[in-house]
Amino acid sequence: MYRILKKDVLVPSINLFEIEAPKVAGKAEPGQFVILRVQEKGERIPLTIADFDRARGTITCVFQEVGKTTMELGTLNEGDYILDFVGPLGTPSHIELFGRVVCVGGGVGVAPVHPIARALKEAGNEVLGIIGARNKDLLFWEDKLRAACTELRLTTDDGSYMRKGFVTDLLKEAILEDGKIDLCLAIGPLPMMRAVCELTREYGIKTIVSLNTLMVDGTGMCGCCRVTVGGETRFACVDGPEFDGHQVDFAEMSRRSVIYKPQELLAREKYQQNNACRCTCKGGSCK
Amino acid sequence: MTEKKKAINPQKNPMSVQDPALRVKNFNEVALGYNEAAVIAEAGRCLQCKNMPCRQGCPVDIDISAFIKLAGEGDFAGAAKKIKEKNALPGVCGRVCPQENQCEKYCTLGKKHEPVAIGRIERFCADWEMANGTGSQEVAPPTGKKVAVVGSGPAGLTCAADLAKLGHRVTIFEALHIPGGVLMYGIPEFRLPKAIVQAEIDNLKKLGVEIQVNSVVGRFATIDELMQEEGFDAVFIGTGAGLPHFMRIPGENACGVYSANEFLTRTNLMKAYLFPDFDTPIRVGRKVAVLGGGNVAMDAARTALRLGAEESWIVYRRSKVEMPARQEEVSHAEEEGVRFKFLTSPTRILYNDDYWVTAMECLQYELGEPDESGRRRPVPIKGSEFILDVDTVVVAIGQGPNPLVPRTTKGLACTKRGNIVAETETGATSKPGVFAGGDVVTGAATVILAMGAGRTAANSIHNYLTGK
Ligand SMILES: Cc1cc2nc3c(=O)[nH]c(=O)nc-3n(C[C@H](O)[C@H](O)[C@H](O)COP(=O)(O)OP(=O)(O)OC[C@H]3O[C@@H](n4cnc5c(N)ncnc54)[C@H](O)[C@@H]3O)c2cc1C
Ligand SMILES: Cc1cc2nc3c(=O)[nH]c(=O)nc-3n(C[C@H](O)[C@H](O)[C@H](O)COP(=O)(O)OP(=O)(O)OC[C@H]3O[C@@H](n4cnc5c(N)ncnc54)[C@H](O)[C@@H]3O)c2cc1C
Ligand code: SF4
Ligand code: SF4
Ligand code: FES
Repeated sequence: MYRILKKDVLVPSINLFEIEAPKVAGKAEPGQFVILRVQEKGERIPLTIADFDRARGTITCVFQEVGKTTMELGTLNEGDYILDFVGPLGTPSHIELFGRVVCVGGGVGVAPVHPIARALKEAGNEVLGIIGARNKDLLFWEDKLRAACTELRLTTDDGSYMRKGFVTDLLKEAILEDGKIDLCLAIGPLPMMRAVCELTREYGIKTIVSLNTLMVDGTGMCGCCRVTVGGETRFACVDGPEFDGHQVDFAEMSRRSVIYKPQELLAREKYQQNNACRCTCKGGSCK
Repeated sequence: MTEKKKAINPQKNPMSVQDPALRVKNFNEVALGYNEAAVIAEAGRCLQCKNMPCRQGCPVDIDISAFIKLAGEGDFAGAAKKIKEKNALPGVCGRVCPQENQCEKYCTLGKKHEPVAIGRIERFCADWEMANGTGSQEVAPPTGKKVAVVGSGPAGLTCAADLAKLGHRVTIFEALHIPGGVLMYGIPEFRLPKAIVQAEIDNLKKLGVEIQVNSVVGRFATIDELMQEEGFDAVFIGTGAGLPHFMRIPGENACGVYSANEFLTRTNLMKAYLFPDFDTPIRVGRKVAVLGGGNVAMDAARTALRLGAEESWIVYRRSKVEMPARQEEVSHAEEEGVRFKFLTSPTRILYNDDYWVTAMECLQYELGEPDESGRRRPVPIKGSEFILDVDTVVVAIGQGPNPLVPRTTKGLACTKRGNIVAETETGATSKPGVFAGGDVVTGAATVILAMGAGRTAANSIHNYLTGK
């Protein structure tokens, strides 16, 4: 059992948990993830490691309440336990001195960008962070990202904070400003990562994305997480989750990620009926 | 007439099974086992051969005639004890051993009649002991030595049990959240009830074995770190063959194509057949094709029917006689309505604009000259393409070893295919203090062979630790 030491509702329906898991914390690296299970009948779900503290033996996860399992997870509080928690899984981010790197984070993807940006900066890179959210209320960790990056730019889809627009607008400006970008990293919703890749492809900027495929075991045993990268089948849980975004077959991936949509909706409805929506959305944003 | 010679029943005493029409609607065990009268009658068929040919067919060398004699006398506790001298998981092996290729293949009675139903008797004795036995086991005084067992399939469980009985402190590290390996995530409930495996695992805990689930070796710690930093004096690797092979044909990543591992793991480990009471979903369409001809394929095809598929096809590129699955499972599958396309192999999977499977294109084969395995090689017939109307495809063409441990362990010799190299007689690998056994060494094989390897390694580890 893994104890929740700290809970923080970052914005409605996005929570931060700091979880006691010394075995995972001892080896965690930026870019890796964990798989957890809330209760006996529960599903195994993957969450990225948003931060870790080896000395305290803790892992930080930031998750968005989108379906039954994440909503149920959201009802847990400090002092509660998570039944199963395994990691660190996946291949760590490749960190070296690239030069000028842009890290793009969208929505809940801002969280996993954080430790990678920090590591890239520590490795001597000049790191431009670009983060965005649908609106002001959904934006979090501005301060943490500011500290992790050399420079941070923000945007909201509706213009309720900073400037109006998508992260790709800011990325394009950055590209046009001074041209030279050695690497781009993008984590966020699938359409966002896809749009970033389309843009950077035009300018020949190598782009890494972190793919959140469906998963079961996370150890390379089931093949549920397979994606086509450069024409080859790869397992996101062991070969990834980070891949060269220009090689990823996004069309296939987005279809595969909604295989269980009807079942997910059913599970969520049943859960909400039985629990009258106890999640932390505070009335509606999860719906 | 002097002493009348007892007439031998030419056939095995029948074992009751669930009615096929009912059982395809549930996940309860299919084969219901003998009752006391049947087991005594069946044991009575045994000729108690002096040279015991049956024994040479058992990979772990069970004293078969002895335990059958005891069972025939109604001494089930004694029979179970006899079996357990060699086999730590009789309740499992009695159910899933391919007996027709092992012990029963060599049974004298089998020359003229049906062989003695050794597996069924073994199963009865094991179940009897589980229900009535005291289960007390002797454990040697602590030796102060620590052993790490990586993986909790039959190889790891057996190795751990033997070492614990010898007084060593054993910790099992298991990647999944439930121990048991394929016995838990792969073989379905209807063939091997999970309560039986769980009882064996509870037994292990009683012996003092610590089981750490959610522990992927190679991720949270490497083998070297376990030995150097966590103080383990020896390690046994029993990580199995869990890496699914795919056909590498177009359309294989379409929605509705599963590896057998995923299909069975969702169903068995995650209990997707109880969705939405359990959270993990599975989707089975109306018509399912399972590619392959082994136990894994049979399990997937029968599972598909239980999940509500209208048609479930086994598509196999050789003919029926070459199928590696256990005979009993093939006939159970037939009774339940699984259909077979032999000498057939898919060339591509067709899908619609939403990437969902709509059909599978197949090619017909004929049998040519024998290949290295001695089986006649299937040769494609030109122009024989046809379309099989399916909406779900399960790929069950085999598994390789998971590369995680080999990749992260310096100095561990592996074959080209990624199997760990270990001596058959000892389980010793190229790395001092590190032993291995089961599917990770042999490639996908059987429960009893994995157990045997676990036991062999336990003996070697004991010798290694005590300086013998
Ligand atoms: C490597 C990896 C890292 C991830 N990291 C994070 C993270 O740090 N924070 C976070 O909030 N989420 C993360 N996700 C996504 C997270 O796993 C899903 O949101 C979660 O599984 C949804 O479960 P649910 O039962 O609440 O919703 P469901 O009812 O299962 O699904 C609701 C919606 O989420 C989508 N979804 C379901 N499962 C996944 C999945 N595995 N990945 C992506 N989308 C999914 C469905 O298509 C559906 O639209 C990550 C996924 C992966 C593979
Ligand atoms: C569907 C199916 C049906 C079968 N039917 C039969 C049958 O009827 N009769 C028969 O005799 N055999 C059958 N077999 C084969 C038999 O189950 C295997 O040969 C046997 O289980 C191998 O045992 P093992 O201990 O080597 O490995 P496994 O049972 O595969 O166990 C390995 C364990 O190691 C864990 N692991 C892997 N990597 C790591 C890691 N890095 N760290 C920690 N843990 C790890 C895995 O999660 C797993 O729990 C079947 C197999 C399958 C898949
Ligand atoms: S363990 Fe298997 S091979 Fe050996 S006697 Fe029992 S059923 Fe036969
Ligand atoms: S070979 Fe058959 S008949 Fe002879 S001892 Fe073995 S089980 Fe009995
Ligand atoms: S999640 Fe099972 S292989 Fe990747």
